[in-house]
Amino acid sequence: MSLFIQQVMNGIMLGSVYSLVALGLTLEYGILHIPNFAHGALYMVGAYFAFLLATTLGLNFWLAMIIAMISLALIGVLVERLVYRPLMLESPLSSFIAAIGLIFIFVDGALNIFGPDFKRFPPTHTQVFHILGTTITFQRIIIVAVTVALIVLLHFFIKKTTMGATIEATAQDREGAQLMGINVKRVRMMVFALGTALAAAAAALIAPIHLVHPGMGGPVILKAFVIIILGGMGSTPGAIIGGFMLGVVESLSGGYISTSYNEVFSFGVLVAVLAIRPTGLFGAR
Amino acid sequence: MPTMAKLYSTRRLLCLLLIIFSLTIPLYVNSRFYLHILIICCIWAMAATSMNLIMGYTGQVNLAHGAFFGIGAYSAGLLILKLGFNFWPALILACAITVFLGFLIGLPALRTKGSYFAIGTMCFNVIVTVIIDSWEDLTGGARGLLGIPRPAPIPLPFGKEITFTSMASNYYLVLFSLFITILVVYRIVHSMMGRTFIAVRGNEELAESIGIHAMRSKLLSFLISTFFAGWAGVLYATYIGFLSPEISDYHVTFELLTYCLIGGLGTMIGPLIGAFILTISSELLHGIAVPRLVAYGFLLVIIMIFLRGGIVGGVRGLWLSFTRWGGR
Repeated sequence: MSLFIQQVMNGIMLGSVYSLVALGLTLEYGILHIPNFAHGALYMVGAYFAFLLATTLGLNFWLAMIIAMISLALIGVLVERLVYRPLMLESPLSSFIAAIGLIFIFVDGALNIFGPDFKRFPPTHTQVFHILGTTITFQRIIIVAVTVALIVLLHFFIKKTTMGATIEATAQDREGAQLMGINVKRVRMMVFALGTALAAAAAALIAPIHLVHPGMGGPVILKAFVIIILGGMGSTPGAIIGGFMLGVVESLSGGYISTSYNEVFSFGVLVAVLAIRPTGLFGAR
Repeated sequence: MPTMAKLYSTRRLLCLLLIIFSLTIPLYVNSRFYLHILIICCIWAMAATSMNLIMGYTGQVNLAHGAFFGIGAYSAGLLILKLGFNFWPALILACAITVFLGFLIGLPALRTKGSYFAIGTMCFNVIVTVIIDSWEDLTGGARGLLGIPRPAPIPLPFGKEITFTSMASNYYLVLFSLFITILVVYRIVHSMMGRTFIAVRGNEELAESIGIHAMRSKLLSFLISTFFAGWAGVLYATYIGFLSPEISDYHVTFELLTYCLIGGLGTMIGPLIGAFILTISSELLHGIAVPRLVAYGFLLVIIMIFLRGGIVGGVRGLWLSFTRWGGR
């Protein structure tokens, strides 16, 4: 029983990270129709930013995370402006291929600058709690708490502020929003800033537990795509619930079956779902 | 149309010259290193040409092509090493296995469209690599498969045989395979079947409304492209003699995609140009510390934004504006 609870706890921790990454991706894909495959690469860049800020500048964890989020938001805006804006009127596949180019640039750039070895984040928040016969480090509690806080903040931003309302209006009807005088280009930049900042937050949160390396974004982005296809394009509750579910399922299957076929399991689910419903579980058309 | 006929004949002459040139290369190139580069180029050009059929002509962004290359390579390696097959039956059987797996994945995957198809096939690619990496009893896992022999000799009458020990003979084998690939793809594209593929690329609903079975066309194109991907994989396995799970990785798919896009997607010569230029430059720059993939990344982004037709599209545009300017 304690193994089960431990695995569920780990799953919730892992699911928080997936939720944050999927949330950013669902904003970009669901609202702007940009299959931003480079989202995982930006997640990796965020982890390196937080790592460098914490080790070379000796900043504390929170400051490193916030600066990493701000810098990644700026990088996200730049990527949108330089790469995706010129492809705005083309088919999404052009953006998809440009995103593959961005992955090459970021991942192999990081490989050349930082080397292929795994970096260990300085340990923070190492206090240990014992609940119901399980062991939980303080960092894991922080991950879940910060994720919940960020999700609540994002919800209020979209629902209660005018800027958030412009994003929602654009999601519902781009031409209509444009006719109402909403600057869609600004909305695009804002969505990218939010999405990549969320990815950076997820990366900074998980960095002290997992290791930082150039290839860390690949599996995460594929899982985020699995989540948003299963949870419905552009649906924020779908991304959040899907993220937590995938985290728990993966953790349980890793604990009881085997970890080496982890990816086969989650991607197999996606291929199977697409086979039955080609537009995703909640896809309209 | 006199100008068209003239253009066609110069094109034919150019093709003939290119074929003669490629056939005579081993006569004046003795360096093993350059022949090695050419052999690798031909193998990648084969894989890129077959990818062009499904992606360039049928419009389905298949991101599992590297997986099929790897499946072909591993099937041949395992058949020869574990079951003691001769090269030639192994080649046929490995291609059959690749097409069979392509059928199994193509049937469900091709029901999806656009980005969903790209993501679905890419997930399949990751699954294949993970299985090859983890199924150590069969594939040797990360240690890889060692010591795959070169193709077996073909016996001829009067006690003679064609052997594949020298570099030149291996070069001719891959060149012959490349010719077959180009010929088959060319014949398909210029037949009624190819026109249905192109119609599906243009607009699937419209194509169906005039009686084209879109699913059947897509599946057929997909299977033909996996067949040649598997064949290229077999040639790679027996030429290099060593396989590791990286050969089925999605990075291979991305590189093939880069070859097609830089040369020009949906043109016959484009993927060949892309594969030859990029493979030769990356092999020659091997000693120099150039972040090759970073350069590929910039190339992909720039091509998507500024030069959608790749090199062939760019040259075609230049030629058009030149002839228009000259005609006035």
